[in-house]
Amino acid sequence: MTMKFRILKSMIKQGFVGMWRNRMMSLASIGSVTSALMILGMVLILILNINNVTNMTKEQFDEIHIYLKEDITDEQIDTIENEIQNYEGVLSVVFQSKEQALEIMKKRWGEESDLLNGLEENPFPRSYIIQLEDIKYADNVVSNLEGLSGIDKIKYFKDIVKRIISVSNVIKNGSLIVIGILMLISIFIISNTIKITVAARKKEINIMKYVGATNGYIRGPFIIEGILLGTIGSALAVILVDVAYQYIYKILNNRLYVFVTSYMVPSDDIFIDVVIIFMTIGIGIGILGSIISLRRFLRV
Amino acid sequence: MIIFKNIIKEYNNGVKALNNINLHIGKGEFVFVVGSSGAGKSTLIKLLLKEVEPTSGKLFFNKKDITKVKNRKVPIIRRKIGVVFQDFRLLPNKTVYENVAFAKEIIGASAKEIRRQVPIVLSMVGLSKKASSYPNQLSGGEKQRVSIARAIVNNPTVLIADEPTGNLDPDTAGDIMDLIMQINRRGTTVIMATHAKDIVDSMQRRVIALSKGKVVRDDQRGVYDHEV
Repeated sequence: MTMKFRILKSMIKQGFVGMWRNRMMSLASIGSVTSALMILGMVLILILNINNVTNMTKEQFDEIHIYLKEDITDEQIDTIENEIQNYEGVLSVVFQSKEQALEIMKKRWGEESDLLNGLEENPFPRSYIIQLEDIKYADNVVSNLEGLSGIDKIKYFKDIVKRIISVSNVIKNGSLIVIGILMLISIFIISNTIKITVAARKKEINIMKYVGATNGYIRGPFIIEGILLGTIGSALAVILVDVAYQYIYKILNNRLYVFVTSYMVPSDDIFIDVVIIFMTIGIGIGILGSIISLRRFLRV
Repeated sequence: MIIFKNIIKEYNNGVKALNNINLHIGKGEFVFVVGSSGAGKSTLIKLLLKEVEPTSGKLFFNKKDITKVKNRKVPIIRRKIGVVFQDFRLLPNKTVYENVAFAKEIIGASAKEIRRQVPIVLSMVGLSKKASSYPNQLSGGEKQRVSIARAIVNNPTVLIADEPTGNLDPDTAGDIMDLIMQINRRGTTVIMATHAKDIVDSMQRRVIALSKGKVVRDDQRGVYDHEV
């Protein structure tokens, strides 16, 4: 155990030495990891916020409002209600009479509600508000409703949700491609950086092999160098993304766009997740980069 | 302890470096391997160090079949074999002491072991006073002594010397040979590839002569060249 620890200690030291020896390439590697992860960070935050908005507004969207025709009888209304209750995914069906509809409208109009008093006849139709278990049932329920007689209009908000989801999908897919390319570039740059260290230590490696150093012992410092480059790159990205997000959040809050920030995910909530995701990816890129640069070299 | 049985080594480019080699080298023996360039000396050494695998035949080391060895196991074999090269192969940015200690570090020896054994080996090769010098401050003979110290610091059972005197003047070469003989007397098997006729002739040891990949001569008390 102590032997392993000693070896690890010297490997870490050599990893740092290797990184320092070609500073410019190390900087380039760190920069490429940072930029790839920063874009990932922006996309991640964007997606998280879109999800947040969709979740928060979902309650408003999983309702279907149906307006009944003026001339139907109470029996017909009862049949409709019974029918709807049997549909899959229907949580509740609430009837709204003409009077209730008028009351709601009066409340909404507030001071100008006096205008409504002048009406000779109540113009609001009777209606049902259908609460769904989930928005995914909306299409089925609506197509069933269309088969019923006595219904005048069906209003629901699936379209809006659909649009939000499709926009976020486009953003997600597009940026995944960009992130993938950036990660490949990062791996490539890191593997080149480590190749330089390997070349600088060629003689040493050769001697190590003859004296009986294991492949793991020889590879260790280079893999650690890769891990260091990835870790520093991702730490930088975490800091930059966090600072930028908090800045934007603050500006929007100060400028009275509270309605925007109230939909935004607070940065504290996602900080830990971002750190974990970034570190995993950063270290992964580092390890991959060094393995690629060593694969061919260390055979003998 | 080392057995070559019908060993054939043909490289990918079609060159047949060794053609049906049969050899038996016993424990504690001192063996010269002679032959012109391209006779197969280097390939013989590379086979022992597991740098290359034989095309056919069997190779034994310490009663173990090492004809085919997993990459992972190669270091274990190499730790039992010390190697000395013509060009010394020292690390220029490390002192004499560090160059020798390096060989122990990479097999995971403790700091205590290193502190105990490196000075012993350095005094054996007569370099105690140069422990903190760098390779560029040393003469050729001294450099070769450092490389010998590095080769034996892990107590190998075999010392392979590939032209160890090739870059040295005759006097210094003699000193190095004395040192190698001394190591051999301690029980270490020595295999030395060389072109140095006068050394081989004066030592009166076993000589294996290679030519075009074949053993053309194997004398117990041999000389470099019969025809002379």
